[in-house]
Amino acid sequence: MNVVVCIKHVPDPNAPVEIQDNRIKRDGAQSVLDPGDMYGIEAGLLLKEALGGEVAVVSMGPAQAVEAVKRALSMGADRGVLISDDALTGADSLITARVLAAAIRRADFDLVIAGVESTDGYTGTMPSSLAEILGLPQVTFAKSLTASASAVRVDRQTADGYHVVECPLPALVTVTAGVNEPRYPSFKGIMAAKKKPLEHLTLGDLGITGADAEVKQEIVAISPVDERKSGAMVAEDEAAARIADLLAEAKAI
Amino acid sequence: MPEVWIYAEVTPAGGVDGTALELLTRARSLEGDVAAVALGPGASQAATTLGDYGASKVYLSDDDVFGDFVAQPATEALYRLVTEHSPDLLLFATNYDSRDIAGRLSAKTGATLMSNATDLTGLDRVQTAVSGGSLMVDVALRGSPRIVLVRPKSFAAEAMGGVAEVIHVDVEVPDEFRQARRVERHEQDATGPKLEDAGVVIAGGRGLQEPDNFKLLDQLAALLEDCAVGATRAVVDAGWVPYAYQIGQTGKTVKPGVYIAAGISGATQHLVGMKGAKRIVAVNKDADAPIFEVADLGVVGDAAKVLEELIEEVKGRKGRP
Repeated sequence: MNVVVCIKHVPDPNAPVEIQDNRIKRDGAQSVLDPGDMYGIEAGLLLKEALGGEVAVVSMGPAQAVEAVKRALSMGADRGVLISDDALTGADSLITARVLAAAIRRADFDLVIAGVESTDGYTGTMPSSLAEILGLPQVTFAKSLTASASAVRVDRQTADGYHVVECPLPALVTVTAGVNEPRYPSFKGIMAAKKKPLEHLTLGDLGITGADAEVKQEIVAISPVDERKSGAMVAEDEAAARIADLLAEAKAI
Repeated sequence: MPEVWIYAEVTPAGGVDGTALELLTRARSLEGDVAAVALGPGASQAATTLGDYGASKVYLSDDDVFGDFVAQPATEALYRLVTEHSPDLLLFATNYDSRDIAGRLSAKTGATLMSNATDLTGLDRVQTAVSGGSLMVDVALRGSPRIVLVRPKSFAAEAMGGVAEVIHVDVEVPDEFRQARRVERHEQDATGPKLEDAGVVIAGGRGLQEPDNFKLLDQLAALLEDCAVGATRAVVDAGWVPYAYQIGQTGKTVKPGVYIAAGISGATQHLVGMKGAKRIVAVNKDADAPIFEVADLGVVGDAAKVLEELIEEVKGRKGRP
């Protein structure tokens, strides 16, 4: 089972968002491997341990995004690919999907895994676009994933429960947080990662030209929203009565 | 005349996803003709509702293939319809299946796709809220068609009493698109009001300390009128409650009359799903928690303890003659 896991280097979700020139500022100083991607990496590693094969990680991002790839390698992935190109600044999810598809096609694979959505852009459409471009079926929102050499079986989250979905390979699956318990890189893993293959590619290497990287959406304005004003703070011993008053006012009592 | 299409998820009983009705309502005030696309069992029955909310045409198919297989058959059908009729703008609700189909259709047509929209200000202009709703971003879209995924509860749905022309879509879906098959369905039977529709929502977060304290939310909800219980992503990920409880960016959007946040710090992820509540009450140990910035009534304290006291208080008031 050869698994490809798509990963992203994102601004630390615990740090405040900074906007610069109508974009999320990504100076790399406070960026991390997207916490949502750790579940995808772990899912790939578990499948490799059960079925053999390799786990490759693929990422698109600025040069410093190599840190996310290294983190995945130290968790146990076998090889990494990072696509960086100045022409990709401001790329949307469709362009990202085209770039990742071109990189993934360079080697044989059985399964592509991604997170449900990134923690910074959270569009959640890149994996579906990627599956379409690669001509793969997709099963998104996996809260459990098992596989044989030829098929996957997924418990797919729905609004009010879940569906069991079966799908032949090759396929693409997106995993939710909680699908597994991601491992921490061991010291041995961190040392071993330094010797693992790590490819750096540009758009030219992938044969992607201007038209495929053209962004057809543009931010024309960013404006602050009238913030809700914070109201009264009350002491803990008055809280029950004050909240009950508010509930009574809303006719909930 | 420009055409705006809404992809509407339908249930086998002929029900229509609420967000699709919100989108139809909003689309009526845009320039252009409004049509809906409904695929899968129940689509024919749903056409009446879709017309009632403003679709002048409904492209539909009741074929089981759209319910049995994930994303690919619907993408293929939409692709053929879009190629034939060239709509200008395609609107999808930010739901599980719709988001999958929108992503595939974008790749298949090359159409630009805008996610998480909270308003449409024109046929090529959308708004989205970022940074927990503190910033509004205006985005211009180019090319045709343009695809937009809109967050639930961005608009109120209002019927207008129209009747749609029904156009049956006959798509032969090839085997290559019959891959990811739904073999079992496990949906929880909802008791009480739906989380998205409840007048009062009580939501719990990590600050409740332990899963057992979540029962306090259920106890309080049982005492109140039209009240449902929700949760943050953190406690859903921790396995305290099922995903159906989750409120936020991933999860449900709620706009109740009163929202009680118990032990919730107020991460951006969560705020976007509940900021539209009329009144927000927050109880949290950390006085610096962002949730207090949006709260009408804030309590710095132990969430479980305050809930226990509130339950007694409500019981007392209900007992009064």
